[in-house]
Amino acid sequence: MMVEGLYTKREDGRKFDEVRPMKAKVGIVPSADGSASFETGKTKAIAVVRGPRTLHPQHMQNAQTGILRVSYGMMPFSVEDRIRPGPNRRSEEISKVTEWALSSVVDLSGFPNTVVDVFVQIPQADAGTRVAGINAAALALAHAGIPMKEMVSAIGVGKIDKTLVVDLNKYEDSIFHDGEGSTDIPVVMTSRTKEIALLQLDGKISVDEFKETIEMAKKACDDILKVQMDALKNVSEESNE
Amino acid sequence: MVKEKRQIVVPGETVISGNEFLPGDGAYRAGEDVVAGRFGIANIFEKHVRVIPVSGAYYPRRGNTIIGTIVDITFNGWLINFGGAQNAFLPVAEVPMYVNKNEMREFLDFGESVIVKVWDVKSRGVDVSMKMRGFGKVEGGMIISVGPNQVPRIIGKEGSMVKIIKAATGCDVTVGQNGKVWISGKDTDSEVAAKKIIEFIVENSVIIGLTEKVEKMIAEMGLDVEKVEIVAEDTDVEDKE
Repeated sequence: MMVEGLYTKREDGRKFDEVRPMKAKVGIVPSADGSASFETGKTKAIAVVRGPRTLHPQHMQNAQTGILRVSYGMMPFSVEDRIRPGPNRRSEEISKVTEWALSSVVDLSGFPNTVVDVFVQIPQADAGTRVAGINAAALALAHAGIPMKEMVSAIGVGKIDKTLVVDLNKYEDSIFHDGEGSTDIPVVMTSRTKEIALLQLDGKISVDEFKETIEMAKKACDDILKVQMDALKNVSEESNE
Repeated sequence: MVKEKRQIVVPGETVISGNEFLPGDGAYRAGEDVVAGRFGIANIFEKHVRVIPVSGAYYPRRGNTIIGTIVDITFNGWLINFGGAQNAFLPVAEVPMYVNKNEMREFLDFGESVIVKVWDVKSRGVDVSMKMRGFGKVEGGMIISVGPNQVPRIIGKEGSMVKIIKAATGCDVTVGQNGKVWISGKDTDSEVAAKKIIEFIVENSVIIGLTEKVEKMIAEMGLDVEKVEIVAEDTDVEDKE
């Protein structure tokens, strides 16, 4: 790849289109209906699914379909400076976008008046926590036996100065400010139809560059899907048959 | 061509291609392909494709035996919590004796446990009945929780495992498909022994040759499988597919 601009070499020595090493595990919380963990590099996410169960308060119930409720949170010790536990502007936003991304694949029409709760926690953060959270949540939902049309995989792509990169780490996402600065685009892609379930953009990017990053995201999502499928197929061999 | 084939599938994964196949439970059609709609084991029987869940919450099915507790009393029946998405409804007409509608608490009170059969599963709830032999109010003994996915293990092939436990301890063991087991014996010691065996099965459900292991454990506990006469076939357990 031709590299111009200031960011000619990645801070951790990766290739520009290389995803950090991934690890996924399913069934980590025995008391839950479904659970999973997903790691990319130093970023770790845990997702727990409970339900379908009756939704309270009753006025939130939908008689036609069950609803999905996602709660995202970073643990106080997940970053260098302690973060105050509890909901804040950022975590509320991520909960909502995760919910929307997952709603496009889960089908709760068979469980009216119920809720499926998804709890995403980040015990260790090094950028890309929302995409790691979505990857873990998709695994946990599948593990909970929730009807889903397909899986979703998520990846953060972006631009550091003039260089397009995949899977930004903390340095690239929030410490690098030279030149044109950094742009990051979380992308969620469905596994079968390859549709985009979530797309956010933080920074500046041209249309051509944007199109190229989406292609990079597509490729990375295929790799993530493989890791997710392996995790699911292995758990069933361990505990069943 | 193979008539029956089993494989673990992930949501969105193509189970099999071909217009002659019919998608059943947990599967849907997308063009030529029959696609998994949930995580589980794909079962292709002749031309019928189903995905059987291997993890997650309990979904009631018609004919299931469930053990639950009374959580509400309405003017014409009882509401039973069995760990599913909704409560089950037991109408007064579905109990084996005449109950005065003004004195329903006399027959079944809040917090009492019952063994019932699933009569109908609708999208809005579950109807149950206790009008058959083996069903009714739970009196004495103990109820232990094992989780719905371990139930086939405890029952064994055609009820073989339950028979072993019954024979070894002399206890009456009723397995509810919702993951609750009722043990009732002559004395607490035999009930505790039965409980230990069941817990052993749950912990070791992965091991192949579980029956031999359980028999060995029973021998170590000082119980004799042969000595105790196998009680007549009054079990109401069905092997969950």
